[in-house]
Amino acid sequence: MSEIQGSLNMITNGDVLLYLIKGLGFTVVIAVIAVLFGLVIGTILALARNYCTSRKTVIFRWLATAYIEIFRNTPLMLWIFIGLVYFPSVDVSADFSKALGLSRTEIALLIKGIIALILFTSSVIAEIVRGGLNSIPKGQFEAAYSQGFGFFRTLTLIVLPQAFRNIVPTLLSQVITTVKDTSYIANIAIAELLGRTFQVIQISPRYTGFTSQNVSDVFVLCGLACIMYFAINFTISCIVRRMQKPKVRKPVSV
Amino acid sequence: MFEQEKWEIVWNHRQSFIDGTISTVIMALAGLAIALVLGIIFGLMSTSQSKPPRIISRIYVEFIQNTPLMLQALFLFYSVAFSGVKGFTALICGIVALGIYHGAYISEVVRAGITSVPKGQSEAAYSQGFSQIQTMFLIVLPQTIKVILPPMVNQVVNLIKNTSCMFLAGGAVDLISRTNAFAVGEGTASAAGQGYIIGGVIFFVICFPLSTLASRWENRLKNRDVSSNKKEGAK
Repeated sequence: MSEIQGSLNMITNGDVLLYLIKGLGFTVVIAVIAVLFGLVIGTILALARNYCTSRKTVIFRWLATAYIEIFRNTPLMLWIFIGLVYFPSVDVSADFSKALGLSRTEIALLIKGIIALILFTSSVIAEIVRGGLNSIPKGQFEAAYSQGFGFFRTLTLIVLPQAFRNIVPTLLSQVITTVKDTSYIANIAIAELLGRTFQVIQISPRYTGFTSQNVSDVFVLCGLACIMYFAINFTISCIVRRMQKPKVRKPVSV
Repeated sequence: MFEQEKWEIVWNHRQSFIDGTISTVIMALAGLAIALVLGIIFGLMSTSQSKPPRIISRIYVEFIQNTPLMLQALFLFYSVAFSGVKGFTALICGIVALGIYHGAYISEVVRAGITSVPKGQSEAAYSQGFSQIQTMFLIVLPQTIKVILPPMVNQVVNLIKNTSCMFLAGGAVDLISRTNAFAVGEGTASAAGQGYIIGGVIFFVICFPLSTLASRWENRLKNRDVSSNKKEGAK
C-alpha cells in the first residue's frame, strides 16, 4: 500500500506534474506545427499528382507520386533516425532555449524530429487532399471554364474551397494520429509527453522515497500520460463524430 | 552514396538486416493474428443487440485509439517486467501491444462492414429459421468481406510500419532498430546512409504492393457501386 502512496506522491509533487504538463504542451504544439506545414506541402503534392498531366509538367507528377508513395510505405521511425544523421542541426539563441526550458542540443534534436514528422505527415495529408479533390465533380471545372475562369482561378476559387470543406473531418482525424505520432520523437529527444514520462519512470526513486522502481510508479505515470493523451484526442474525435453525423434536412415542400 | 567500400560494409553485415526483417515479419504476423481475433470479437460485440457488450467494445476502441502505441507498449513492458515475470521479452511484448492496438482499429473496420449489410438480410435469415450465430457467420459476415478487405490491408501496412514500437522500452528487435544499431555502430557508422537506404527499401518492398493493392481494390469497389447505382436509377 505504501508503494502506491509513494508513487502518488510523485504526482502531488508539483515539479513532476508541471514537467509532464509542459511535455503535453510540447506534444500539442509539435502536432499543430506538423499538421499546418503538412497541409501546405500536402496540398502542393496533391495538386501536382492530380493536375500536372501535360507533357511539360508530368515530371512534377512523377516526383509527387514518388514522394507520397515512399513516405507512405516506410515507417516514421526510419525518417526520424535518418533526420538524426542527415538533417541540419539548427542552433537557436540561448534566450529561446531558456524560454522553452530545454537545452540547445535538445532543441536541435527536437527540430530534426519535427522535420521528419512534417515530411511524413505531408505525404499522408497529400492523399487526404487528393481524396477531396477527386470528390469534386468534373462539371464544376467545366462550369468554371465556361464562365471564363482560368485554371488557377478555378482551382483556388471553385475547387479547393469545396475540397477542403469536404475533408475537414478526415483532417481532424489526422490531427489525432499526429498527436500520437509525436511520441516517436521520444526516441531521440526528451521534450514531449512520452519522452518525459519515460524519463520520470527511470528516475522515479528520486521522488518516491524508495530505493528502487515499483510497478505502481509505472501504473501511475503511464496512467497520467494516458489520461492526458486521451483527453485531447477524445475531444477531437467527438468533434469529428458530430461533424460526420448526417445533417437532418427539412423536406422541401413544392 | 555509390562508394563501393561502404556498400561492402553493408553486405558484410547483411545478417543483421536479415535478422531484423525476420523479426519484423514475425512480429507483424503474430500481431496481426491477435489483432484479427480481438477485432472480430469486439467488432461483433459493438453490433450486438444488448447494451453491455456494446459499451465494453466502445471503451476498448476509444481507449486504445486515442492513446499512442508507444505508451501502451512501454506500459505493458515495464509493468510486466517490474512485476517480476520472467521470459516476457521485448519481442513478445511488441506482439501483444501491436495486437491490442490494431485490434481496436480492425474492430472498427469489422463494425463498419457489418452495418453495411442491409438489415433485411438478417431478417430474411431469421425468417428461414437461422439462429443468430448462424445468421452472423453464414449470411452477414461473408457479405462484409468485400467491404472490409481494403481497409484491413491498410491496417496490415500500418501494423508492419509500427513494429518499431518497442525501441524506447529497450528492445532492439525489429528491422528499424537493427538498422539504427548498424548506423551508429562502431566500424559501420561510416555507411549509415547506405544502411538506412537498405532498411527503407526492405520496408518499401513489403508495404508498397500491399497498399497499392488496397487502393486499387477500393477504387474498383467505388466504381462498381457507382455503376450499379446508375443502373438502378435507369430502371
